[in-house]
Amino acid sequence: MNTKRRAVLKTGASLLVLTAAGLVRPSQALAQDWNKAAFGTRSLAEAIKALGGSGSTESRDIQITAPDIAENSAVVPISIESRVPRTQAIAFVIEKNPSILSANFDLPEGTDAFVTTRVKMAETSNVYALVRADGKYFHAVKEIKVTQGGCGG
Amino acid sequence: MADPMRIRASMTGDKVEVRVLMSHEMESGQRKDASGGLVPAHFIQNVTVAHAGKTVLSAQWGPSVSKNPFVHFRFKGGKPGEKVTINWIDNKGDKRTDEAIIAGG
Repeated sequence: MNTKRRAVLKTGASLLVLTAAGLVRPSQALAQDWNKAAFGTRSLAEAIKALGGSGSTESRDIQITAPDIAENSAVVPISIESRVPRTQAIAFVIEKNPSILSANFDLPEGTDAFVTTRVKMAETSNVYALVRADGKYFHAVKEIKVTQGGCGG
Repeated sequence: MADPMRIRASMTGDKVEVRVLMSHEMESGQRKDASGGLVPAHFIQNVTVAHAGKTVLSAQWGPSVSKNPFVHFRFKGGKPGEKVTINWIDNKGDKRTDEAIIAGG
C-alpha cells in the first residue's frame, strides 16, 4: 500500500515538472525574445523609443542598396551596410507599412555591419535603415516606389 | 514541420559569407481570403545563427518580411569544414533548425 502511494506521488510530481518544462518555457521564451511593442509602432520615433533609444541622427555612413522602383512589392530586396563605428544592430523600417518595423538584426562583435533581406511593401514609401552603434541610434533613408498594387502576401 | 532551409556558407577572404533561404508563408495578417475574412498572421519571429557555440546573428522579424525569407550576412572567425547552425521560431511556436558546412573560398 505504502509503495503504491509513493509511486502515485512520484508520477504526479514528474508530470508537473514535465508541464513546467514543456509548456511554460516556449511561451516565456517568445515573450522575452520578441519586442511586441516595437513591432506595433507606427512612426520611426516610436519604433526607436520601443527599441530603447531616445532619438536618432541622420548618418552618411549608412548605405541602403535597394531598387528605386520595386518590381514586385511583395519581394523588395534591401541591403543595409553601416560604417558607423561599433555598429551593434541594423533595423529595416518601412514608413508606410501597417507595422513600420520590418526586421531588427543584432550583430555581435565579429559580424559585419551588413545585412540583406527581402521585405513586403504596402505602397510607395520611405525606407529607413536604423542603426544602433555604441548604444546610440543613427539612420539613413531611401524612397522606394511601388507601382503595382500593395503587398499581396 | 516546415521544409528545410537552404543554406550556403562559404569563405570570402577571412570571412564567412552566409546566404539562407527559409521556407515560410510569412502571412501578414492584413490579407483577406475569398470569403472576405482576415487571414491570421503567421510569420517567423526569431532567427538565430550560431557558429562554434557563439551567436553570430540574431534577428526579430515582423510579418512584413517577404514570404520564403532570405538573409545574407558575413562574419569573421569561421573556417572551411566548420558548421553554421540556423534556428527559427514563428508566432505559432513552429520551429526549424538546419546546419551547413562552411565551404572553401
